[in-house]
Amino acid sequence: MVRLEKRPSPSKTWTYLTPIVAVVATMIAGGLMFAALGKDPVEAIRIIFWDPLFHEQFASFSRPQLLVKAAPLILIAIGLSLGFRAGIWNIGAEGQYIMGAIVGAGIGLAFYPLDSFLVFPLMVISGAIGGFLWAMIPGLLRVYFRTNEILVSLLLVYVAEFILASMSLGLLRNPEGAGFPGSRNLKSYPAGHNAELIAGTGMHWGVVAAFIAVIFAYILLARHMLGFQIKLAGQAPRAARFGGVNPDRLILFCLGISGALAGLAGLFEVSGPSGQISIDFNVGYGFTAIIVAFLGRLHPIGILLAGLLMALTYIGGELASLMLGIPAAAIQAFQGMLLFFLLAVDVLTNYRIRFGKAEVA
Amino acid sequence: MDLSAISPTLLIAFLMVAATPILLAAIGELVVEKAGVLNLGVEGMMITGAICGFAVAVETGSPVLGFIAAAIGGAILSMIFGVLTQFFLTNQVATGLALTLFGLGLSSLLGQSYVGIKPPGTAKIDIPVLSDILVAGPILFNHDWMVYFTLALVVAIWWVLKFSRMGLIIRAVGENHDAAHALGYKVVRVRLMAIAFGGACAGLGGGYLSLIRVPQWTDGMTAGAGWIALAIVVFASWKPLRVLLGAYLFGGVTILQLNLQAAGLAIPVEYLSMSPYVITIVVLVIMSAPRKGRASLAAPACLGRAFHASS
Repeated sequence: MVRLEKRPSPSKTWTYLTPIVAVVATMIAGGLMFAALGKDPVEAIRIIFWDPLFHEQFASFSRPQLLVKAAPLILIAIGLSLGFRAGIWNIGAEGQYIMGAIVGAGIGLAFYPLDSFLVFPLMVISGAIGGFLWAMIPGLLRVYFRTNEILVSLLLVYVAEFILASMSLGLLRNPEGAGFPGSRNLKSYPAGHNAELIAGTGMHWGVVAAFIAVIFAYILLARHMLGFQIKLAGQAPRAARFGGVNPDRLILFCLGISGALAGLAGLFEVSGPSGQISIDFNVGYGFTAIIVAFLGRLHPIGILLAGLLMALTYIGGELASLMLGIPAAAIQAFQGMLLFFLLAVDVLTNYRIRFGKAEVA
Repeated sequence: MDLSAISPTLLIAFLMVAATPILLAAIGELVVEKAGVLNLGVEGMMITGAICGFAVAVETGSPVLGFIAAAIGGAILSMIFGVLTQFFLTNQVATGLALTLFGLGLSSLLGQSYVGIKPPGTAKIDIPVLSDILVAGPILFNHDWMVYFTLALVVAIWWVLKFSRMGLIIRAVGENHDAAHALGYKVVRVRLMAIAFGGACAGLGGGYLSLIRVPQWTDGMTAGAGWIALAIVVFASWKPLRVLLGAYLFGGVTILQLNLQAAGLAIPVEYLSMSPYVITIVVLVIMSAPRKGRASLAAPACLGRAFHASS
């Protein structure tokens, strides 16, 4: 008989091994799924994980995309990981991402066509504030009314989506757009455009912000008192309370920082790769970032790598749907599977597998 | 604007239909949470049930077989969650989220060839004499069989949880799994069965959406219904009959805002459409605000905690 025996302390080896084992297991299970769809599994996996980087024809186009897609995922996941560590579950990053984009782009467009170097920094700040305020709704409700932050933050995603639709049809609609939904394109407004910093690399201000966020999160968790409190509150809530950690302050901090980072991600996306506020502006980065946060073991460096890997599956998925006709939804299922395997393999970090019958204690 | 076009009788009749999918999902989740498990994958199980039921109903031409398939689809998906949380001891919040993300992807994958098809219809049961009663007739006695089935299910679950031995075991496992284990109850087995039941209910709710309520298959058609079902369980303080109240309240808001949209109220459509979500949040806040007898105190004591026999 197989049974689990709790380890005295989590295994270091397995902490590093689990993401790799999970990715390999997902490739195998994903391959089976592609085979069930009637596609060659080996070719499909190669197209998703290898071709975006090394295919002689597509790689030059898709390599820069890697940074473009990874930046929002990493930014959002870094914020979420702080909360997840403390047992504070913000799963509405998608909504904060939308609100950051709306507020940031709205402020930028309010100054149109003013040409000043101050416009873009102002947009960045207001994007962060937009996401921050949207995350403060579940935060304040949790602190003052003990309302479940999981449900409120998630329900607010739907509210944000309706606000997005209303904005692109109403307030922010391009006055010169012949009545089509969607705002002015920020690409044609240089003062508010988040352009590529080095041509052909995909490097824009959002990528820079993502790297800065990784470094700050690393310092916060490894060196700062607040980082210690976050870890303590997650692992031993009672001990944290006795140790003088203010749980309400921690809730507001974690939700606020993750909201601000998600808002930043939205702002960099709307002013850069996407260019405008439109009804279908959000593509689920806020939800995929949850997978990124777990795949990166809630560790800043891990999230950096996980974000790049997840971006790869996005690009590879597009490539696979182009070349093999694998539906885009299969990639979404693939990403969900990855999270399942990750969580399942994680049991080996905290438990040892023992064979044979348990002796009676 | 013409508010007189809104008929209160039809409003209440539609409300019962609009509330049914959420009611099914919420009553299933209530049983799961009573057993001490927090499954946040309701949305994923609902949408998987929606496509399983839709596909089978279209292929066989039988809505009844469709509903059975919807329940089975939801239950199978929920078993992924069950195995992971009960045997692999994974975090329930994270696993539930994974279930929702996976379910959304899987359903859209399965549903590709079913977009834009009409499912076989489900006839309304027209109870001859009763449905002719002036106001109560159309409200109460002129629905499809699923509406009555759901109401019966709610009452049955209320009775089982309150008066039967099985209900007592489920509640014991949810309130204190260590004590239940010491008494010899199979905690993991009870929880797995509860999870499967919750999955089947969520699947049925999804099937009701795609086969009767809409009736059509579109990607992501549950649009947060699973999350609202989760909120309704909290709203109901984990009491079955209050789940009924919560679901009807939500159904009422949904139908009212749809009617107001049709009546051409001066509020933009988007703001009316978001009202059910906003009202759910407001109700959640009212129910969980700190005061005597607040809802969160009624939560099962072991809700969301993993059980490992040796610990």
